[in-house]
Amino acid sequence: MSKILEVNDLSVSFDTYGGDVKAVRGVTFELNEKETLAIVGESGSGKSVTAQSLMRLIPMPPGKFVNGSIIFKGQDLTEKSEKQMEAIRGKEISMIFQDPMTSLNPTMTIGKQISESLIKHQNMSKKDAHERGIELLKLVGIPTPEKRINQYPHEYSGGMRQRAMIAIALACNPKILIADEPTTALDVTIQAQIMDLMKELQEKTGTAILLITHDLGVVANAAHRVAVMYGGKIVETGDVDEIFYNPQHPYTWGLLGSMPKLDNRDEELQAIPGSPPDLADPPKGCPFVTRCPFAMKVCENRMPEYTDVSNTQKAACWLLDERAPKVEIPESARVGGTKVHG
Amino acid sequence: MDNTREKLLEIKNLQKHFNIDRNNVLRAVDGISFDIYKGETFGLVGESGCGKSTAGRTILRLYEATAGEVNFHGENVHAKKSKKELKKFNRSMQMIFQDPYASLNPRMTVKDIIAEGLDIHGLVKSKAERTKRVNELLETVGLNSDHGNRYPHEFSGGQRQRIGIARALAVNPDFIVADEPISALDVSIQAQVVNLLIRLQKERGLTYLFIAHDLSMVKHISDRVGVMYLGSMAEIASSEMLYEEPLHPYTQALLSAIPLPDPEVERSRERIILEGDVPSPINPPSGCRFRTRCPFAMEVCGKVTPESIEHKPEHWVACHLYDDRYNEEYKAKQ
Ligand SMILES: Nc1ncnc2c1ncn2[C@@H]1O[C@H](COP(=O)(O)OP(=O)(O)OP(=O)(O)O)[C@@H](O)[C@H]1O
Ligand SMILES: Nc1ncnc2c1ncn2[C@@H]1O[C@H](COP(=O)(O)OP(=O)(O)OP(=O)(O)O)[C@@H](O)[C@H]1O
Ligand code: SF4
Ligand SMILES: [Mg+2]
Ligand SMILES: [Mg+2]
Repeated sequence: MSKILEVNDLSVSFDTYGGDVKAVRGVTFELNEKETLAIVGESGSGKSVTAQSLMRLIPMPPGKFVNGSIIFKGQDLTEKSEKQMEAIRGKEISMIFQDPMTSLNPTMTIGKQISESLIKHQNMSKKDAHERGIELLKLVGIPTPEKRINQYPHEYSGGMRQRAMIAIALACNPKILIADEPTTALDVTIQAQIMDLMKELQEKTGTAILLITHDLGVVANAAHRVAVMYGGKIVETGDVDEIFYNPQHPYTWGLLGSMPKLDNRDEELQAIPGSPPDLADPPKGCPFVTRCPFAMKVCENRMPEYTDVSNTQKAACWLLDERAPKVEIPESARVGGTKVHG
Repeated sequence: MDNTREKLLEIKNLQKHFNIDRNNVLRAVDGISFDIYKGETFGLVGESGCGKSTAGRTILRLYEATAGEVNFHGENVHAKKSKKELKKFNRSMQMIFQDPYASLNPRMTVKDIIAEGLDIHGLVKSKAERTKRVNELLETVGLNSDHGNRYPHEFSGGQRQRIGIARALAVNPDFIVADEPISALDVSIQAQVVNLLIRLQKERGLTYLFIAHDLSMVKHISDRVGVMYLGSMAEIASSEMLYEEPLHPYTQALLSAIPLPDPEVERSRERIILEGDVPSPINPPSGCRFRTRCPFAMEVCGKVTPESIEHKPEHWVACHLYDDRYNEEYKAKQ
């Protein structure tokens, strides 16, 4: 697998009325060709800000890059001008959003929106771009694409808009597709179609996918690797099986424990008590310290370093320090033997 | 469930049609009937556009019904009402909205958004009490009091939805229509909110209509579940029965599409993937509305609209596969 993106120690802050919000605090990860990396984590933990940073979609001000680099094809994206980014956005790196209406232009036909990018980035003629547009709509499963291509976004259903947005995002065969909650607004039967579609397209084109979601079912279904974010940091990362069957960070345990299991309804969900840290004034030590049932004195004062659990898995938690007491994975966080219904 | 349960809401043949233009009517909700018992959670699931939100809104009279009745405490919600009656009614029935972006006024502080209902209904006597209530509510939904002085745009999607929940809880309603209240939330907070909704229900005897597309959460929270498809009700059963033995082919497909949080299971699982999209409610298919996507559709399905049959006690299904007049062939194959 070849590496196509490297994010190093990225920090992003927002200057707000309530103070300097440190949304992303030293995030490091890489993305390989043909793989899907899922970012999961608490609401407000910085998943979208991380994703938007890669596309340079963070409004600046109030946002700013405080530190770190985003290396794509040997170049640091944090140093690109808006003009230079325009050549990358939609061509090399594309993004699909939770709400297709925020990125689709309501006054332009779907066809026009696809061709625009093809004409701009690939120097296609109008006619060729139109033909390619029909192909793309067909590829994403829009019926009678020759007719549908001339329609406006409001004439599409929610699932079709999402598929149209994928078609636009994929028009120029991007190296990276960032999908921020791509199916959250969709019904499960359509979600299943879209997830299948994304996998199929990945097979064909080798596009790397950065998938942001809070649905652990979607992660189990689609991801090869997982990064778990909390309080602006990646607290654990590993292969999908490692994260589900051998999680190491107490927040990952909490996340797995708070899911409803389809087979037992009566038990109260294992909610993680409390609320996430205020990123205008983040804790000095581990961001999870205020909600962690295992927190120790050291956790308050010092951020734990990453400990390697395997070649592919690491977590930032003081429990993994050799001096810490041994703690077993709680029963509520154990995954396996899920019953299939229907 | 016993016979002593009290009907809080009785929904009879409810219809809500929208006039699109002179020639087109959109049948968003097209004759659904069900009861909601006091203290229960009735889950409503179904594909995008099938009419769940419209049903919820029409039940609350945020929309006027095209036909049918909604009886709340035995009183028809859609009958004529004075301003005062409407106000009282509005307080006892609240809604938590689907879209955390559109439902919060961007120019108001979070504190004022949450306190709006308290102010309208005169539920707090002093500024200090108002602040105290708001802070309690913020905490209840997993935010802290500092958040009160900020504006909605400063929050992430999940945080905004929690503000909407705090706003609905503020006036102590009897009945809450929760329209996808947790879809935008992180699972750890979903669990908090769901545990909270369940706790509040037990403490205050609240009744919920819980609209969602996360079927595992619907199962967890609901006593009974109704499955809608294109403006009609396909199946109603207790949540255990529905998930153990889904009868309607649509329910079967819906359950099979849920991704389960278990990578090994996901890799080995066979799914029923439905082809195509939901047809338009402006021109719905004749007969059974699901027939264009149904793997079992028979000839009769295009001609006769299936009625809801009590196939097993308390388990209703609207599908010809369960009607002995039409199902000989299907039964033979089973
Ligand atoms: N434009 C902005 N101005 C001020 N603060 C912002 C802005 N955008 C994001 N933030 C803050 O940055 C933090 C991270 O937000 P982000 O949207 O990345 O969260 P997220 O992990 O995507 O959450 P969710 O799961 O709710 O979408 C939050 O605390 C949020 O309030
Ligand atoms: N005010 C309106 N005017 C015209 N049509 C409407 C209106 N509100 C809803 N509809 C239509 O009624 C149908 C049902 O919509 P509704 O919002 O109730 O669906 P839903 O089941 O809640 O879907 P989702 O899961 O996407 O929220 C859709 O076809 C929708 O386009
Ligand atoms: S570092 Fe400490 S507070 Fe943080 S998760 Fe580990 S044990 Fe809990
Ligand atoms: Mg986000
Ligand atoms: Mg809805």
